[in-house]
Amino acid sequence: MDLKLKIWRQKNANDKGKMVDYPISNVSPDMSFLEMLDVLNNELIEKGESPVSFDHDCREGICGSCSLYINGEAHGPDRLITSCQLHMRTFKDGETIVIEPWRAKAFPVIKDLVVDRSAFDRIQHAGGFISVNTSGNTIDANTIPIEKADADDAFMAATCIGCGACVASCKNSSAMLFVGAKVSQFALLPQGQVEATDRVLNMVKQMDEEGFGNCTNTGACEVECPKGISLENIARMNREYLSASFKG
Amino acid sequence: MSGILNSSIGRKFAMALSALFLMVFLLQHFSINILSVLAPDTFNDVSHFMGTFWVIQYLLQPVLILGVIFHFVMGFVLEIKNNKARTISYAKNNGAANSSWMSRNMIWSGLAILGFMLLHFYDFWVPEINIKFIEGDMSGLIDPNNADSGYRYLEHLQHKFVDGWRVALYVISFVFLALHLLHGFNSAFQSIGANNKYTKGLVGFSKVYAIGIPLGFIFIALYHFFNH
Repeated sequence: MDLKLKIWRQKNANDKGKMVDYPISNVSPDMSFLEMLDVLNNELIEKGESPVSFDHDCREGICGSCSLYINGEAHGPDRLITSCQLHMRTFKDGETIVIEPWRAKAFPVIKDLVVDRSAFDRIQHAGGFISVNTSGNTIDANTIPIEKADADDAFMAATCIGCGACVASCKNSSAMLFVGAKVSQFALLPQGQVEATDRVLNMVKQMDEEGFGNCTNTGACEVECPKGISLENIARMNREYLSASFKG
Repeated sequence: MSGILNSSIGRKFAMALSALFLMVFLLQHFSINILSVLAPDTFNDVSHFMGTFWVIQYLLQPVLILGVIFHFVMGFVLEIKNNKARTISYAKNNGAANSSWMSRNMIWSGLAILGFMLLHFYDFWVPEINIKFIEGDMSGLIDPNNADSGYRYLEHLQHKFVDGWRVALYVISFVFLALHLLHGFNSAFQSIGANNKYTKGLVGFSKVYAIGIPLGFIFIALYHFFNH
């Protein structure tokens, strides 16, 4: 396959940045998208040019590092996958592929396609945990009876890998699907009840302080989420937040 | 609870409540207007009651106006805040791949409705206020000096739908209203946290409401245009 790549290049956080065209030839349809970028980077290095910086780690859809906005969609046109799981056979020979970093004020670009997603970490630090005594007397979680439906929903919410595709896809750069998932995974379980009120209030407060936008329920986040996190989690967070606010 | 309106979810909640309030009002407005086609005399009687009963005039009407203003102002506030959350746009963004046109363009359909409301107020509300509170005529009669002249409300309505351009503007505005409601109805319920086993049924009902009510208003406007 011969492709025309249009890639966002930005030297550092202060650089203005611009789209740069890169033709690439002999791309195997069986390559992953990141392997194609590896090939491009090898060519750039051989020519003495700076390789394209992009985040990657596990390359099997678990870590959520590969934050690429490909042809106008987070993680590309396929569903329920991350960029590293996207294969070149998805594209046509001769196609132009536009590759950009996540765009959100709360996710500033560090270099090229790499963005700073530490805003998510700070939201997690604000309440995305339960305070369990791990001194050796920890009670086995399975000793607490939990309804199957609740356990399934909590587990589903917990599959969020924090990749940020929800923020990238949302026209408002809202982080509510991420925060909704992190709130839900505890709100549905008895272990999460003790800190439930403070958790949702603190996480939403931190989310707002980070500069994410307001959710307008377009549903783009749900469609583009590589783990299929449902909008139900946002509704649950809304209920938790409103309930917590009235409790004080 | 303090500061709830300063939070993103609080603003969503307030926006949703005002939307639900306006949707109830819209249903009530339609229920009265359709009487102008089905039972003109009853339409006149109900209009006179609505226009003169003090609870509606001095308590509910100000609440309605405040609700409308709040919905528009909060809509603009949210739009400005959301635009600030992404300072650099994508070179290529395929929004149609993951969301509906209606959901992405609520501000534009809302602005179209705002424009329509200015025309609608100019057509009906301003003359009504003028007759009642400037001229001091609370009789509701076509000729205030002739008790047999009948109520003026239907005649006023029919008179407004004589001009083709005005009817066209009303019809276009109701199409924008339908587009706004097609996303807004469900969105309001999602914002107040009502996403559950009833959601599927609610989605179906919202489509009936979002298309049915504006279509009904279009029918009323066209009916009077072709039957004046």
